[in-house]
Amino acid sequence: MRGHLATWANTVVAGAFAAGISITMPAAADDTIKVGVLHSLSGTMAISETTLKDTMLFLIEEQNKKGGLLGKKLEAVVVDPASDWPLFAEKARQLIEQDKVAAVFGCWTSSSRKSVLPVFEELNGLLFYPVQYEGEESQRNVFYTGAAPNQQAIPAVDYLMSEDGGSVKRWVLAGTDYVYPQTTNKILKAYLESKGVAGEDIMVNYTPFGHSDWQTIVSDIKKFGSAGKKTAVVSTINGDANVPFYKELGNQGVKAEDIPVVAFSVGEEELAGLDTTPLVGHLAAWNYFQSVDAPANAEFIDAWKAYTKNDKRVTNDPMEAHVIGFNMWVKAVEKAATTDPDAVIDAIVGVSVPNLTGGFSTMMPNHHITKPVLIGEIQADGQFETVWETPGLVVGDEWSDYLPDSKSLIADWRAPMSCGNFNVATGKCGGKAGTTN
Amino acid sequence: MVPGGPPVRDPVNDPPEPVLYMGFLRNVVAAGLMLAATLVCAAADEAELRQLVAKFADANNFQATEAVVRELGATGSPAVEGLLTALSQGSLYVRKADDAIFVGDEVGPDIKLRDPLNGEAVGTVAKAGLTKIKVNNTLRRVIRDALGGLTLGSNDPAVRLAAADTMFKNPDPATIAALDAAIAGEAVDSVKARLEQARASAVLLSDLGEADKMAAIDILSSRADQDSLSQLSRFQASAEGPLRASAAAAVATIDQSLALWQVGQNVWYGISLGSVLLLAAIGLAITFGVMGVINMAHGEMVMLGAYTTFVVQQVIRDTAPGLFDWSLAIALPMAFLVSGAVGLAIERGVIRFLYGRPLETLLATWGVSLILQQAVRTIFGPTNQEVGTPTWMSGSFQLGQLAITWNRLCIVVFCLAVFALLLHVMKRTPWGLQMRAVTQNRRMAASMGIRTPRVDALTFALGSGIAGIAGVALSQIDNVSPNFGQGYIIDSFMVVVFGGVGNLWGTFVGAMSLGILNKFLEPYTGAVLGKIMVLVLIILFIQKRPRGLFALKGRAVEA
Repeated sequence: MRGHLATWANTVVAGAFAAGISITMPAAADDTIKVGVLHSLSGTMAISETTLKDTMLFLIEEQNKKGGLLGKKLEAVVVDPASDWPLFAEKARQLIEQDKVAAVFGCWTSSSRKSVLPVFEELNGLLFYPVQYEGEESQRNVFYTGAAPNQQAIPAVDYLMSEDGGSVKRWVLAGTDYVYPQTTNKILKAYLESKGVAGEDIMVNYTPFGHSDWQTIVSDIKKFGSAGKKTAVVSTINGDANVPFYKELGNQGVKAEDIPVVAFSVGEEELAGLDTTPLVGHLAAWNYFQSVDAPANAEFIDAWKAYTKNDKRVTNDPMEAHVIGFNMWVKAVEKAATTDPDAVIDAIVGVSVPNLTGGFSTMMPNHHITKPVLIGEIQADGQFETVWETPGLVVGDEWSDYLPDSKSLIADWRAPMSCGNFNVATGKCGGKAGTTN
Repeated sequence: MVPGGPPVRDPVNDPPEPVLYMGFLRNVVAAGLMLAATLVCAAADEAELRQLVAKFADANNFQATEAVVRELGATGSPAVEGLLTALSQGSLYVRKADDAIFVGDEVGPDIKLRDPLNGEAVGTVAKAGLTKIKVNNTLRRVIRDALGGLTLGSNDPAVRLAAADTMFKNPDPATIAALDAAIAGEAVDSVKARLEQARASAVLLSDLGEADKMAAIDILSSRADQDSLSQLSRFQASAEGPLRASAAAAVATIDQSLALWQVGQNVWYGISLGSVLLLAAIGLAITFGVMGVINMAHGEMVMLGAYTTFVVQQVIRDTAPGLFDWSLAIALPMAFLVSGAVGLAIERGVIRFLYGRPLETLLATWGVSLILQQAVRTIFGPTNQEVGTPTWMSGSFQLGQLAITWNRLCIVVFCLAVFALLLHVMKRTPWGLQMRAVTQNRRMAASMGIRTPRVDALTFALGSGIAGIAGVALSQIDNVSPNFGQGYIIDSFMVVVFGGVGNLWGTFVGAMSLGILNKFLEPYTGAVLGKIMVLVLIILFIQKRPRGLFALKGRAVEA
């Protein structure tokens, strides 16, 4: 509530100031374009999502400095869904119906995304979702700016199988017990088996949310890894459980040279709570690292640190996804000359904006974007050093080619197909239960 | 340098550097022995080494760097040891101006450069003027293997031990002669034993005779750990005749002994998990167990203790970095005071109005817990805070086949100490007597002249304070975030209810048995199902014995 009020006050001030210098823009505070920010500011997910809320406020401020959008100022409407999945749906409804926002940037967990999907469909809103996820979904009103499994998990496994990555032959798939790790591991297992890895060389292990006692599992991993074949751990362990996991790895002396751990949910932010000296060499696969040496990135980091007035604030992959998503939305609105959702949905496909790693990302017809995939090794200073990257950009693949159920599905939201689950085998839209078209 | 191998030089008569000469005499002799045996036959002189080192500047991918590392390792010169170690730690740099190679130490925004071979300080350069030579895991492993050969003759027994271990894990028949020489010159028994094991593992892969291999099997089977097991089983698969039989026998023996160690490991992990549960629950055993207050804010008391540790460490980092190893000891009383004071405030401000109304207490304290969480989130931010581990609590030591980590051991000991102290306070001090009197029969105690409100407040503060010091210990194994306490609240209630409300010993036995049960189930059922099964077992148990393991008897219970 307070945040909302403060933002409102800010906007009035900003609006009044802008009116003084701008001729084309009327001074009224209600003549703004509203942007919804739907990230948990309290509860379990606040640890990750609060930063994204700050990122959105930062991006909106920067855009307003450049003169806003369509001659109007942007105004952020921040709500707190409190890490409570049903509350996400309620807050999304409030943003679209009451606040009449033009687009919503938000959600982190797949559960929260699934909870808001029907609302966005019913009210025809726009959602930009910035986090890597398990795929198997494409919705008309949602833009997935995070990585699909083929933009993170599969390249990471490819890297480990290569000579550079250590020619890994034995795999531990360790994850938290919920939809993202389960689906990702299912895809990875099918992929590894298609590459000739025997079933006995794959160990799958799930742990509850917030698991803190890793002694048995780490010693099992050590045992699994001492069978004479090069072993690696693919970790989809989520959030808070990572810190005790890495602490136990360090204490039990599991070195990255022997058993590297590649993680899909550990970024700069998670490492900030950790002494990384014993973890040097463990890996993460993302589409962005703070350490990436590109002018666009350096500029962004400087501006971000200046905005937060904190020299130690780190940047991470979902933040980059929001930067890309926000810029794409801005460009699409300019192209359509309106914020009307239907016009924006049509205009945004094919829009290309610079990403922070020195290239361009494009919105594809399946509402996923193109991204480079980077593999980084953890350094002693809590940053990642890129040791490998895909030669070009990778197109997000919403329906995995490695799962029998989704092999023959594609999504294309351009007319005339306009379908999120078109079955190329049967030639019909609506291939799989549980998804909307 | 000539491709195909460096020219033959005599390392003793032509040392790379007079200063190094004295210090490295022993290494050079050992390296010489080893090299003679492995037919590399040479140690390059300084100029050639420098030429080799300069190649790093042109190596622009990992394979090229790896090739240079292999060449350097093949020279067998001990002078490259420091250089390779620096490379594996990512502190080897190329100066952009002239492509010269240096070892660098970061000093603020600058880097202090040292000569890669003799370690002489060369000056300080801004980071922008240097390119770091990147390493990855594969490269680190190559460097480690190269160093394994080079450091076999080190003066430091620990380094020699590490070298022997590396060679044991990567057996190579070509190193047998070098190992023989090292074994002959080794004075420390433990290192000698490891060297012999390393030699045995190499012998198994070599084409030596049956007798040698039999001896090697014996040595490996006496080591009896996971590594020797996998080496023997691989050997067994390829061997024939009596060798195969004896390898199979050794594998069976090791399997058996490992199964026993596995049980020991489960017990230890169980005790360790139990001590964490006990630490988290022990404060609750007072506030809920003794006083009967359903305190949902208990987890937040633990969290406050953890944040106190963080603040103490921040202050120490800024003012007296030398005291860092003592930071936990300093944080303990602070955490007790902070959590105790907050507990006192909660009791005086909220709970005292709600005695005897458990449902309201539950809701009110739950509200308090949310307020505390959000307050911490507002002050410190929602992200994890880094709580450092003092050096003496990092790493692990080996007890037979058990890897015992120091931080877990410290927590077990600490938890027992806290428990003993609390037991003493409750059973042996006048305050403890008053506490028990008030909780058993409030009106009788009041009429004996005990100021019951004061005892209530202090008891609640004590329970909260104990939760605070538990937070100091738990900050070492979990992440310090505003949600820290939530993970422990369910487990704490589970332990107290299972052990028997109002009984400290019950809490102790309850925590330990739940910990051990959990750890015995986990290998068979996985962590998720294991936890569910424990919960189901507790529910069944409570059906049978509603008052827990050690029920209090007498009229007080009914009141």
